[in-house]
Amino acid sequence: MKALMKGNEAIAEAALQAGCRLFFGYPITPSTEIPEYMARKMKTVGGSYLQAESEVAAINMAYGAAAAGERVMTATSSPGFSLMQEGISYIFAAELPVVIVDVMRHGPGLGGLGATQADYFQLTKGGGHGDYHPLVLAPSTVTEMVELTYEAFDLADYYRNPVILALEGISGQMMEPVEFPLYEAKKLPPKTWAATGIGHKPKVNIGSYTLSNEVGEAHNLHWEKKIEQIRASEQRFDEYLMEDAEYAFVAFGISGRIAESAVDLLRAEGIRLGLFRPISLWPFPVAGLDKRRNQIKGWLSVELSAGQMVEDVRLAVKGSAPVQFFGRQGGMTPEPEEVARVFKSLFADGGKRG
Amino acid sequence: MKAVFTKTKGLTDTPFHYCPGCTHGVIHRLTAEVLVEMDLLERAIGVAPVGCTGFCENYFACDMVGAAHGRAIAVATGVKRARPGSFVFSLQGDGDGAAIGLAETISAAVRGEKITSIFVNNAIYGMTGGQMSPTTLVGQKTSTSPYGRDRDATGQPLDLPLLVSQVEGAAYVASVSVESPKEIIATKKALRKAFAIQEAGLGYSFVSILSTCPTTWGMTPVEALAWLKTAMKPRFRMGELKAPTAKEVEQ
Ligand SMILES: Cc1ncc(C[n+]2csc(CCOP(=O)(O)OP(=O)(O)O)c2C)c(N)n1
Ligand code: SF4
Repeated sequence: MKALMKGNEAIAEAALQAGCRLFFGYPITPSTEIPEYMARKMKTVGGSYLQAESEVAAINMAYGAAAAGERVMTATSSPGFSLMQEGISYIFAAELPVVIVDVMRHGPGLGGLGATQADYFQLTKGGGHGDYHPLVLAPSTVTEMVELTYEAFDLADYYRNPVILALEGISGQMMEPVEFPLYEAKKLPPKTWAATGIGHKPKVNIGSYTLSNEVGEAHNLHWEKKIEQIRASEQRFDEYLMEDAEYAFVAFGISGRIAESAVDLLRAEGIRLGLFRPISLWPFPVAGLDKRRNQIKGWLSVELSAGQMVEDVRLAVKGSAPVQFFGRQGGMTPEPEEVARVFKSLFADGGKRG
Repeated sequence: MKAVFTKTKGLTDTPFHYCPGCTHGVIHRLTAEVLVEMDLLERAIGVAPVGCTGFCENYFACDMVGAAHGRAIAVATGVKRARPGSFVFSLQGDGDGAAIGLAETISAAVRGEKITSIFVNNAIYGMTGGQMSPTTLVGQKTSTSPYGRDRDATGQPLDLPLLVSQVEGAAYVASVSVESPKEIIATKKALRKAFAIQEAGLGYSFVSILSTCPTTWGMTPVEALAWLKTAMKPRFRMGELKAPTAKEVEQ
């Protein structure tokens, strides 16, 4: 049965369906529907919801719950996400499964609530200290939010790694009809590494300090191997009318939806254009872009930022074709017509002459 | 041969790394002894700070989780909420619990979080080589108060247990020290009570322990014990600052 739900609420419900029984958060618009939903529902499923004293505390509470072997989530928005970076670095290093939702608002500074994707660098490059990566998933519809929330918990447990769901405020607030398919957990090994008491298993220490550089390097090499494994196995993307395309937009989340409409507008004019939509922002879907390298004559990265993902697109297509950028900032979103106009002005022949 | 003294099984065989005359080790032993005597070791999950006691994960025989600097109580909160049946304690220095993690300490007390915080106050940042802490005494020289702590510029020592005792959710607050056998026995008693309060689900329990840091104080171990007694103790309210009545314990 379909329910009409806000994106934020759908994520919270999906987390509960996936067996998340602990939530720690601190209110911040436009993510607050998530803690509010959890505050209402967590009790009814026998879990624990707690409003922390700050995002710093919230992420470290999540660290503790994950260390004790339970499924846990926190949700915030950009300034709060900035405060969580140290904690996320520790979560990565202690190899703990934690799901984090970043419902982005624009900055820098306090900024505002409009749609933005300007957390891209902070999300994908390891926003805190040290060499690390959380997995970052960017849904573009409410239905996809549910699917990716289910997956986020499995991926976090499977890799023992933080997983972030990143969406724009407008997507979190957007109401769409959505269904909750039965959550079927992946077969995962028991959490023998968790701190659950020494009653039935040997003592464990969970932490991340190293007293010698030799041990430090060994840890880093272990993490590097895991990162490479994730990079090789977890690239996700979606394509729209890419089979015969000569030009392509690259856009994720809400700008993916806008770019899709722009594709339709330009296709109606006879331009062979497609959309490549990254779903995993990290690992960035380089393999999918690489496959189109000999086909596409020009790429346009459409983002709600001053141009962040475009750097990864340029790296992925390795100079095989020009990569242009178009973005709106400060909470503004472009109309599909504007995107189409920009495309035509940047690629003057519009792909017609090829 | 009759054994006169044995190491508690609450501690592992890993030797302590603490400086000669440092009382962190005494506090570890008391904590571990109480865990064993109260039959809590199997259910115990300890949270280690960043500070000189940051490596205590290797010393306690129970499961241990290492937290970021100042976040031990937040981590302990997450552990306890995830496993309400476990016994959860955090160990922190004065920098960890009274400076960078002050919000976490007070907020856990406000919530009446069912955990026990052991707060080791040596009036200085030991781990990082002896900088000023919120509990540094007025006039005390440290590497970042080289002329002595200046009351006008940096205020007076924070009496954290006194502050915590003002919060309703704090069920048990004690301020003790370890400079003599008598004080050590009193400290063990306070830990025992604090642990019992957690087990009874009565709220947050907080034990502050005055401790020495001869290395960064620039003293011999004996001088350090004397300074703790004569300079530190008069500056902080000592004793049981808050305890539930017998009736509250019964309920
Ligand atoms: C975010 C962060 N800031 C600063 C530090 C450096 N640091 C490590 S321990 C410490 C203070 C230690 O003093 P205290 O908590 O009193 O414990 P002690 O070593 O005296 O037992 C500091 C400032 C850190 N590790 N992390
Ligand atoms: S530096 Fe001070 S607190 Fe740290 S181990 Fe040495 S004496 Fe103890």
